[in-house]
Amino acid sequence: MAEKYIARSRAIAARMLGGEMMVMSAADSTFFTLNEVASAIWQAADGRTPLSEIVAGKICQEFDVDREHAQRGAERFVDELSQHGILLVSDQPLLDSAGSPERQ
Amino acid sequence: MSLLAEMNQKALNLGLPISVHLDITYRCNERCVHCYLDHDDHGEMTTAEIVDLLEQLADAGVFFISLSGGEVLLRRDFFEIVERARQLLFNVKVKTNGVMIHEKEAARLRQHGVEQIQISVYSHRPEVHDAITKLPGSLQRTIRAIRFLKTKGLKVSIANVLMASNFSDQQGVIELARELGVAYTLDPTITPKMDGDRSTLALRIPSSALKQVFHNQELVGNVEEFCAPPPAPGEDIMEGYPCSAGHTACYISPYGDVFPCVQFPLPSGNVRRQKFLDIWRHSPRLNEVRSIRARDLPTCSTCAHVGTCSRCPGLAYMEGNMRGPSTADCEKSFQRTGIPSANMLRRAGAAYTGPLIQIQALANSSPIALFQGEDSLLTA
Repeated sequence: MAEKYIARSRAIAARMLGGEMMVMSAADSTFFTLNEVASAIWQAADGRTPLSEIVAGKICQEFDVDREHAQRGAERFVDELSQHGILLVSDQPLLDSAGSPERQ
Repeated sequence: MSLLAEMNQKALNLGLPISVHLDITYRCNERCVHCYLDHDDHGEMTTAEIVDLLEQLADAGVFFISLSGGEVLLRRDFFEIVERARQLLFNVKVKTNGVMIHEKEAARLRQHGVEQIQISVYSHRPEVHDAITKLPGSLQRTIRAIRFLKTKGLKVSIANVLMASNFSDQQGVIELARELGVAYTLDPTITPKMDGDRSTLALRIPSSALKQVFHNQELVGNVEEFCAPPPAPGEDIMEGYPCSAGHTACYISPYGDVFPCVQFPLPSGNVRRQKFLDIWRHSPRLNEVRSIRARDLPTCSTCAHVGTCSRCPGLAYMEGNMRGPSTADCEKSFQRTGIPSANMLRRAGAAYTGPLIQIQALANSSPIALFQGEDSLLTA
C-alpha cells in the first residue's frame, strides 16, 4: 500500500482546549474536537513524515495501543478530516504544506 | 448539547477565554444616529501592539475573534492584522459597514480565510438607511460590497439594528438578505453611549413593535414555544451565570482597555500595562463579575423570568448596578410572554411574593390589566 503523507490545511481555525484540539474548517465551517490521540496525529502532520511512521513512532509509543489497530484508526481519522479540507493527503511528501503552525 | 456548546462549557470550567471581541479602531466613515462610540482617535494600539496582543490571545486559548470598530477598514494595517490573526489560526469574524469593500478587498478577505463578515444594514430604502448612517450613498455601497463578498464565496450576514425610524422596513431588509443570499440577524438593542450619555435610548422601538418582533414566526420560529411562560427555575438556574461576559469572553478596545463585554463598560485592565492573561486571571473586576450567580441578583433572583430572560449584566451595570435588572431586558421578557418581570412589579409598587405568584396571578387575569394607567413602566 502506498504511503500517505498528511499536512494541516491553512484554511482552518484551531486551538488546544484542555488537552483537546478544536478545529473548524473554513471551507464548510464543520467543527471538530480531536481527542488526545487524534491531536497527536494532528500535531505530527508536517507533510513530511509518513502516516505509518507517525503511528509507529508517536501513537504506539505514547499511547497504549497496538500498531494495526492504531493504523486503522489513523486512516479513518485522516479520511474524515481530508473530506472537510482540514488535512491535506498525498502519496508524496507535501513540502509546501502548512508546516508547524506557531500557536494552537 | 452541540459540540460548540460543549467546548464553551469546557472553557467555562477551565476558566479560559474562548472568544474575544477586539475593536481595532473607533474611527468611522459613518455617523450612525444610535452609535455609542466616540469616533476621535485617542491613541489606538499600533500594528506591533495589536500583533503582540493577538499572540497573547492565541497563547491564552482564544479561538473566536471578532475584529470590529468603528470601521475596521479605516486602519491602513487592517489586512496585516487579519493575516496575522489567521496565521495564528483564529476563527476570524469581521464586522464592517462594507462601504470600503471592493472586489480587491473582498478577494483579500477570502484569501485570508475569514470565517464570516457581518455588515450592518438598517433598511432596504436608501433614504432610511442613509439617514441613519448620515452618509449619502452608503446603502448602495454596502449592497455592492455584499455582492463582491458573495461572489468571492464569503459567508455574509446582515445585522439589522431596529429603531423606531426603521422598524417598518424590517421585512424589506429580510427580503433584501434573501435576494443577496446572505443570513439575516435582528437586534432591537440600543445601548447608552460609552460616556454614559443615554440620549440614544430615545431611538428604541416602542413596546408594541417589540411585541410584534417576538411574535413574528419568520423571526422566532415556533411562536408558541418562544413566547411560552417561563418554567419555574430550578437550582441549576439559580447557580448559573448570566452570560459569557468575563467568563469565556471579553472585549478589548482600540486603546487596549479590557472589559467583560462590549456592552459592559467595566474597565478591568489595559494590555499596554499588563499581559492579557494577568488581566484575565487576576483582575478584581473580572473576578467580581465571575462571582455573580443568578441567586445573587436581588431582584432578578425573585423573578419568574430568571431562567429564560436575556438579562444583560452590562446594561444593568449601565443602569447603575451590575447585580440589578436590565430594564430593556425586563421589557423584552414582558413583551415576549405577557408576564411582567419582578422589576416591573416592584416599580409598580405591586405586592410581590415570589415568581410562582406572578405566574398564577396572570393565569387568571390579563397581564395588561396589571399595567393599566402605568404605561410609563413598560418602556425602558
